[in-house]
Amino acid sequence: MGNLAPILPEVILGIAAIFLMLFAAFARRGSSATHWLAVLALLGACVALAGAPQESGRIFGGMFAADGFAAFGKLIIFLSAAVAVIMAHGWFDREFEHSGEYPVLILLSAIGASVMVSATDLMMLYIGLELQSLSAYVLASYRRHDARSAEAGLKYFVLGGLASGILLYGISLLYGFTGATSFTGISAAFAGGSIGFGLIAGLAFTLAGIAFKIAAVPFHMWTPDVYEGAPTPVTAFFASGPKIAAVLLGTRVCLDALGPATDQWRQIVIFAALASIVLGAVAAYGQTNIKRLLAYSSINNVGFALVGLAAGGQGGAQAVLFYSAVYVVMTLGAFLCVLRMRDADGRPMESLSSLSGLSQTQPLLALALAMFMFSLAGIPPLFGFWPKLMVFNAAVDAGLLPLAIAAAVLTVVGAYYYLKIVKIMYFDEPTGAFQRVREPVQTALIVACALFVSPLGYLLINPIGRLAANAASIF
Amino acid sequence: MIALLAFYLFATLTIASAVLVIFARNPVHSVLWLILGFFNAAGLMLLTGAEFIAMLLVIVYVGAVAVLFLFVVMMLDIDFSQLRSGFNRNLPFGLLIALVLLSEIVIAISAYSAGPAFAHASGAPPANALPNIEALGAMLYGQYLLPFELAGLILLVAMIGAIVLTHRSRGDARPQKVARQIRRRPEDAVKMAKPAVGEGVSL
Repeated sequence: MGNLAPILPEVILGIAAIFLMLFAAFARRGSSATHWLAVLALLGACVALAGAPQESGRIFGGMFAADGFAAFGKLIIFLSAAVAVIMAHGWFDREFEHSGEYPVLILLSAIGASVMVSATDLMMLYIGLELQSLSAYVLASYRRHDARSAEAGLKYFVLGGLASGILLYGISLLYGFTGATSFTGISAAFAGGSIGFGLIAGLAFTLAGIAFKIAAVPFHMWTPDVYEGAPTPVTAFFASGPKIAAVLLGTRVCLDALGPATDQWRQIVIFAALASIVLGAVAAYGQTNIKRLLAYSSINNVGFALVGLAAGGQGGAQAVLFYSAVYVVMTLGAFLCVLRMRDADGRPMESLSSLSGLSQTQPLLALALAMFMFSLAGIPPLFGFWPKLMVFNAAVDAGLLPLAIAAAVLTVVGAYYYLKIVKIMYFDEPTGAFQRVREPVQTALIVACALFVSPLGYLLINPIGRLAANAASIF
Repeated sequence: MIALLAFYLFATLTIASAVLVIFARNPVHSVLWLILGFFNAAGLMLLTGAEFIAMLLVIVYVGAVAVLFLFVVMMLDIDFSQLRSGFNRNLPFGLLIALVLLSEIVIAISAYSAGPAFAHASGAPPANALPNIEALGAMLYGQYLLPFELAGLILLVAMIGAIVLTHRSRGDARPQKVARQIRRRPEDAVKMAKPAVGEGVSL
């Protein structure tokens, strides 16, 4: 040990969280300095990622890896956490007495998420997951006077506790039957002998616990309620950073720890992938709340990421990473637009019908939201098409042609409700205009996200692809 | 010799205070006897070389649990004489539980003396020269430093969460405003008056 460089990002965020907690206690109420300092800390952690030695191998007794894969995930997590902090600026009431704790909890959640993507040991995995989830439970019920927010937090907490129990049961079985908690030890045990029932049960329970965290069907029930009830900036955070952390955690567990048992977990992952795509597409039909709809959209998108995971190997991992990066930008962009949906008094609106005729009242916002919707649907000229193609390509390369065909067909089914939003915005009569908000930073972020998903994004295929390939090279 | 003496002293006091926990009339006295029992049990642990457990017993059980008991007993108005009134009625049931526990102890001891059931089941780490507090410390702050520190962060999140979700500033609270108190001058607060005799003051 002695050298803390590999965990420098986490150390920066930890110190920043503790400092900001004290700072918020003494700062003027309603001051936004805490928010900007938190953003600064997150950007600083991103810079520290570049300096982290990638070849340090597994440190802390093989429990923690600061490799390219982790760095890729952390970059996504930290940036989406920064966006979530910026989104909250001006969202919580000025009089809300605990607005200073919001960035602190986001920072702590980001630390948990970054530990998740770096974990190479079941203990580390669990601790990272709990740190991330516990902060998330509090964030979900952050507007505690709002009944829906409190309900979201309670629901998330109870179901999250259940999922942690399932995950721990799986971990204890894996440990009991392999005698190791490190991923290398487990992988060696799987490669060594015959894979007995105990190991299969441990594998299934562990994957079920992770599936809950990424909201894959059949462990998705909490998602629409929590996404709807939680404050919008928090929902945006849930749908981006922690979700990607859990997807990458699942990728590392499957490809590293359970690598020799690919045939066993592949069936589970394929089932979860197809079920998520179908349910995400079908259940979204009747929704009238845009946050619920985006929740189903996130379930749907996780399904596509799992198709990449099912492919396995370096190609599959690369597809998952690329998909995650593009998905996060699309989702954050969509939520930034949702944040703009406020009535004349500045109260947030969430119903789909309030979007009607947006193209006439606020044409630029409508254009941006339409681009995100087309991109989430994976319609070709936009960038959202490319990662889907990569995922299908990886599945075909791995010999999973039927899976790729089924997922591609289901993309068309899912496109329906994305197009429905576009139709409401462009072809329905306007009912009332949204309040115009002056948030230059958020506007800049919307523009940046929109440019990213526009065909201009194809220019980024090379750099992101190179990063993803470097990240996937550890498998 | 001194160790033997200490053992009998601690053992006798443990049993005596355990008996007194049950027979003390006043529930507060029961809890105090319980604390004495914990202290003596800690002494027994020290004699067996398990100093970490001894300290844990004092810090956790005496420092936290027993004090909590004491608070509960003192705060809640429980009528203990009424609780005790069903003693004879519930005696058979109590005896049954005592019998079950006793037989379990006997079985456990005989199973233990018969040797381990599985060859590799002995989970006890090999005894080494390091005292067990040092061994635990080396483990927690060496090999498991990162998870240990992160667990600390989890506790921090729990604290922040509890405060964020439950704290409300009450409208009727009257905090001290130091600056205002210091700013206040005698001229603002005191009025000198010279009332004429027989007229009183006008306020």
